[in-house]
Amino acid sequence: MSTSFDEAALASGDGSSRPVDPSPPLSPNPPDIAQRLEVAWGESPGLKGWFGSVDHKVIGIRYLFTAFLFLVVGGCEALVMRIQLARPDATVLTPEQYNQLFSMHGVTMIFLYALPILSGFSNFLWPLMLGSRDMAFPRLNALSYWLFLAAGIFLYLSFPFGAAPDGGWFAYVPNTASEFSPGLNIDVYCLGLIFLGISTTVGSANFVVTLLRMRAPGMSINRLPIIVWGTLTASVANLFAVPAVSLACLFLWFDRNLGTHFFEVSGGGQPLLWQHLFWIFGHPWVYAIVLPAMGMVSDALPVHCRRPLVGYTLVAMATVATMVVGFGVWLHHMFATGVPTLALSFFSAASFVIAIPSAVSVFAWIATIWTGRARITVPFLFFTSVILLFVIGGVSGVMTASLVLDWQLTDTYFIVAHLHYVLIGINLFAVVGAVYHWFPKMSGRMMDERLGRWVFGLMFIGFNLAFLPMHWLGLAGMPRRVWTYGADMGFSTTNMIVTIGAFLFAFGLLLFFINIWRGARAGRVAGPNPWDGPTLEWAIASPPPVYNFAVIPLVASRHPLWEDRLGDTDERSLFAEGFLLDQGKETLAVTPLDGEPDVILKMPGDSWLPFALSISLMPLFVGLLMHSVALAAIGALAALIILILWFAPHPATVQDEAVRVYG
Amino acid sequence: MAEARSLEERLPVHGMGMVGTPWWGMLCLFATEGILFAYLIFSYAYLGSQGYQSWPPTGGPPGLKLALPATILLVGSSFVLEWAKNRARAGRLVIARWALALGILMGIGFVGLSLEEWHDKPFALSTDSYSSIYFVLTGTHLAHVAIGLIALLVLLVWSLTGRVGAGHEQHRTLATLYWHFVDVVWLFVFATIYLSPRLA
Amino acid sequence: MRRARLCLAGALALGGCSGTPLGYMSGSGSESGDILQRIAWGFSAIAVVVTLIILLLIGAAIGVSIRRARREPGAAVARETGGLSFIYWGVGLSMPVLIAMAVWNFIATRAVAEAPAAPGLTVEVTGHRWWWEIRYRDPGQPDHVITTANQLVIPTGVPVRIDLTSGDVIHDFWVPKLGPKMDMIPGRTNVTWLEARDAGSYRGQCAEYCGLEHARMAFEVTALASPAFARWMAAERAPATLSDTRGQQLFMARCAACHTVRGTGAAGIYGPDLTHFASRPTIAAGLLPNSVAARERWLAETQAVKPGALMPQVELGDADRHAVVRYLGSLQ
Repeated sequence: MSTSFDEAALASGDGSSRPVDPSPPLSPNPPDIAQRLEVAWGESPGLKGWFGSVDHKVIGIRYLFTAFLFLVVGGCEALVMRIQLARPDATVLTPEQYNQLFSMHGVTMIFLYALPILSGFSNFLWPLMLGSRDMAFPRLNALSYWLFLAAGIFLYLSFPFGAAPDGGWFAYVPNTASEFSPGLNIDVYCLGLIFLGISTTVGSANFVVTLLRMRAPGMSINRLPIIVWGTLTASVANLFAVPAVSLACLFLWFDRNLGTHFFEVSGGGQPLLWQHLFWIFGHPWVYAIVLPAMGMVSDALPVHCRRPLVGYTLVAMATVATMVVGFGVWLHHMFATGVPTLALSFFSAASFVIAIPSAVSVFAWIATIWTGRARITVPFLFFTSVILLFVIGGVSGVMTASLVLDWQLTDTYFIVAHLHYVLIGINLFAVVGAVYHWFPKMSGRMMDERLGRWVFGLMFIGFNLAFLPMHWLGLAGMPRRVWTYGADMGFSTTNMIVTIGAFLFAFGLLLFFINIWRGARAGRVAGPNPWDGPTLEWAIASPPPVYNFAVIPLVASRHPLWEDRLGDTDERSLFAEGFLLDQGKETLAVTPLDGEPDVILKMPGDSWLPFALSISLMPLFVGLLMHSVALAAIGALAALIILILWFAPHPATVQDEAVRVYG
Repeated sequence: MAEARSLEERLPVHGMGMVGTPWWGMLCLFATEGILFAYLIFSYAYLGSQGYQSWPPTGGPPGLKLALPATILLVGSSFVLEWAKNRARAGRLVIARWALALGILMGIGFVGLSLEEWHDKPFALSTDSYSSIYFVLTGTHLAHVAIGLIALLVLLVWSLTGRVGAGHEQHRTLATLYWHFVDVVWLFVFATIYLSPRLA
Repeated sequence: MRRARLCLAGALALGGCSGTPLGYMSGSGSESGDILQRIAWGFSAIAVVVTLIILLLIGAAIGVSIRRARREPGAAVARETGGLSFIYWGVGLSMPVLIAMAVWNFIATRAVAEAPAAPGLTVEVTGHRWWWEIRYRDPGQPDHVITTANQLVIPTGVPVRIDLTSGDVIHDFWVPKLGPKMDMIPGRTNVTWLEARDAGSYRGQCAEYCGLEHARMAFEVTALASPAFARWMAAERAPATLSDTRGQQLFMARCAACHTVRGTGAAGIYGPDLTHFASRPTIAAGLLPNSVAARERWLAETQAVKPGALMPQVELGDADRHAVVRYLGSLQ
């Protein structure tokens, strides 16, 4: 059964009012059932519906908006830094201003943009791709978003007071100890990261349990989209990694405020303990912020190549392998600290090894293009550029894996070049491509392809103009984290080129946001499946109904919507018949490995509690920051009461229910 | 013609234990909190391996006079609470409530003995690296115990006021499971602070 | 081979014969520097070649793909075979490259990390916010310490052991043209070593973020042939000559609380030792050349020159400042 959508019209991007995909969605949505489900799942009216929404799609889009906002703020911080660095001995900024900017640029991009943007996509897409009506814990989902927003506000409220963190995003002690950083700046950092860590942890738990239980019948482990593999791997990793940085921040806050000696050298403290705990978290984290993005490329690029991903099993295993090895390389951030060379050599070896699973994805993508029939759409351009930028970041990474060479490269602009190629190249370029790809599903409208090509050109050229020369700057000896440099160092011309590239790149991003805005207002109507994709999210309307699927589908393969045309199995996924689950706000849970229907779950409706809990943590953290026991106690008490309300049991519990089906 | 209809088959609603979702959420909590204690123990070992000749720096291994009875109370309370959960599931709510109350008292006893031990220590939080990690490691565990006690108390109150009955298996299971987790973590903390200096 | 030499020459010409002052791709002054230079060029070349190969593969893939799309238009999707071989070949070919790089890395690490023989000289370098304290300990008389600042003078052809620590936060000792970098961590001593082959000046820079003026914490390594080094050592060992000038009086009154000048009563330890200040090539930790004009500027507007420096602005009238500068100039 092929779709009848208009390939030619898609290519030309004309503004006709006919939907790109005029067919009705594959998953049936009968009016009487739709009405009943709408009542059960619909948003509450007024403020409660806005503040209390537990709809994963609403939460996902909120994550995207907020993460993009932080991207812009972090980007502006970078642009101001680049103005200062464009010329030698410039005095556009004072050293303190520059140090706050580069520290907050790092914190904003790595914590407030890179993971939340991927959480936003995963939140929106997972239930749709898995054939479910919601995530496992809808209120926890809302909580993870509100906590993220609250922690971001907490961190940024420091700026107007001139107290923004200024010790770098990595905050090495003793520079960040109270003796050398006497203000509140680093306390904001410690408490802010602990605050944010709660959001990351509850979000990760939600993804793990959702994957294990909230799938359509037949959605077995080997049929999951790669973004699910990527986010699942990242979530499991975050559960194990985030406590390390939270503990480090707790230790640092204690050293600064209660006189302990975790890192304070007087009294036996160890500065390197901070670095160990930080990087035991930090290295897995950088994989957590790229693996889901790689998953998005693995899912969406094949759609534009008109074929399934090459090497699905290898790519899925490589995703997990990368993360596992990623826990064993953290000392490569500490190669110059004087740790014995023998120990460091093991970590150097592991850092070479980790290149191999990454190579699997790269060649899988190239193979998918080579053996497919590519449609040069804007998403295709972005996803393909991820391959090249990933490789550049990867080979510079292999250079830094070398212990001896890293003894020259570390703490120079070479590392800045490497990290931006992997983070912007894999995360941001994949994210932008993913927006072009899934915006039709989220909003029901297409983004303009022609403007999209301009966005791609400006971003690609600007990014490479800014960051390719940084490799040379690093090899020429320019150190990192410097607010200025001398005119006789030989860095001047290159820095000017970098600044120009940065502004070009930023202009491209500006056009990207304009593209989104125009698309939302007046883009061409998309229909259910404008790209002719194979996975479940394309079987429902764009935008999806609030309950996602009226009839829960039965999944028979990895590419439910392509089964007829691929012809490699006789089994067919079933959309027209399936579980109905319309006795209130219900969805289905399945067994973890095989996806057999297991239990009916009653889902919570809109609730004030997640928002209230996030608000109540503000006085707790502000109280700790300002040494106000009263304020902190109020916050803690409020949080406790809200938690008791959260877990309060329903009065009567139905033990089982007759199954209702459609068809 | 497609239509909606009910089948003979019935599926459980919510589910108890592994069938529902909250049990898996609790496992995620154990993973993340458990590794937090692993990092605390790592920090204890790291601080001890660098610099100081002996660890603890002064006074030798910490005494077991209070720690051993505290451990017995905590481990015992786990058994008591597990038994209470089983009685409640069987519908014997009155005896279950008494057992729950006993378990809570044993937990409070653990907290009391721990605070007494803190009070007796010749060093303060800010004395040196050993005192810092000692108080934060045991303190983090104590905070987890306190949260567990609050949860059990709330459960008891709900039971007495009829909000929780025989059918609310999930609440009892999860609260008891959390308590067992806190208990198991204590065994590791105990081994680190009280046993490892005696083995070195 | 000739092509390679031409390319190398071209690259060197672009960078100058010794490249940039802090660059380690050219201008190496030691055997360690040579090893590091070779592996930097070698790995960079591999990186560039791999990138170009991938670029070509992507281009070819797009070309093949578009051609197939034109031949078979329509809404069909198909699973062409043969895709997996890309992964097997790609990963398979990557592995020997990675192994070769890893082996090269291990060989170079051993050569650079271990000092060749017993060190002929040990120097203690302590990092401070934002200057370098350098102490020479005479092996025959370990109590005789010669303290200087911001300029590390070493003999050529002698392995010099460097004991690194910090008086405050973590700094990093890095002389790119002579050897690898090493952190300076308070509470512990890290050991590195240098052996300069050629006499000359080599720039050093702090390579670990250490606060406000991390950018301005540089130093110079001066490598002298052994006879010249011995002369330097003798001159350095000698105390400053006393003179009864207004400049010295002012110095004792306004500067001696933080700075030491051996042979006078000035014994402050918060700032750099200034006993033979005038013999150094730069001031303010590599920021300005050690000229009269620069000394004047440094004293007149300290915070404007190096904002955040821990040396406070010392208020001096013009005549007094000239006198102090003259006195400093006499500290050869």
